[in-house]
Amino acid sequence: MLIIFYIFAALSVFGALGVLFLRNPIHSALSLVGTFFCLGAIYVMLNAEFVAVIQVLVYAGAIMVLFLFVLMLLSSKDSGDYVNKWTIGKILAGLLSLGIFVQIAGLFTAENLELGPKGTYPLEVVEEVGSIALIGRLLFTDYILAFEIIAVLLLVAVIGAVVIAKRRFQ
Amino acid sequence: MSIASGYLPILIMIVLGIVLAGALSCIGLFLGPKLRGEVKETPFESGFLRNGMAGHRYDVKFYMTALVFLIFDVEVVFLYPWAVQVRELGWFGFVAASVFLGILVLGLAYDWKKGALNWE
Repeated sequence: MLIIFYIFAALSVFGALGVLFLRNPIHSALSLVGTFFCLGAIYVMLNAEFVAVIQVLVYAGAIMVLFLFVLMLLSSKDSGDYVNKWTIGKILAGLLSLGIFVQIAGLFTAENLELGPKGTYPLEVVEEVGSIALIGRLLFTDYILAFEIIAVLLLVAVIGAVVIAKRRFQ
Repeated sequence: MSIASGYLPILIMIVLGIVLAGALSCIGLFLGPKLRGEVKETPFESGFLRNGMAGHRYDVKFYMTALVFLIFDVEVVFLYPWAVQVRELGWFGFVAASVFLGILVLGLAYDWKKGALNWE
């Protein structure tokens, strides 16, 4: 099991490096699809099936289509020669990444980590019922109002996207 | 690891797909005859002659369609837990999902009326 995790983890890092270093932006975007898919596989191994489904369906599917269409809209000729410069933003981003890395590394090296109390739905329950079934049950009972509000939110997005796009491009 | 082990068939399918596609490509590469010519060098466009370069700007209509697709894709994701639990949730779940879809059909109707789904 651990070896499969290492394979997918290595592939996702490899894909992320491809996003950074491939010259053609379309190739970068396709590399990102690979990274998203490998992350989906890792989510499955963490027993988070629903997150894995979203990762593949929404991120690797729909969001990447949007990314590719943005690239096609801009066209590769518009990108010009990108000059790699040191800017304040990049230094800040580097410091931030270093900080996150140190934080996570500290977590792994820390001795006797103290785990918090178990919640209402520990791993045993999730494994017994299945995580998607459990989400379905909760979404349609305790969180039914939130579920319907999601519909309103998506309605706003559907109408807003069309209103903005129609005004801009016509 | 009981949930993840249920995904083993999918993993086997992925590995099988990669191996099969790679093997068939390699067989074609090594055993196939290599005839080069002006016609064979042109990119395959389903029988049509090449029409400009691939790197040109595409119409914004593609983006509009993708945007609407993204939103309806997210909508389907929220129906997925309901589909898994459809028997347990019964009529209450059906009504709740109907309200959910009913609100979103308003958006579809708006897009339709505004012509966002028309290609022209």
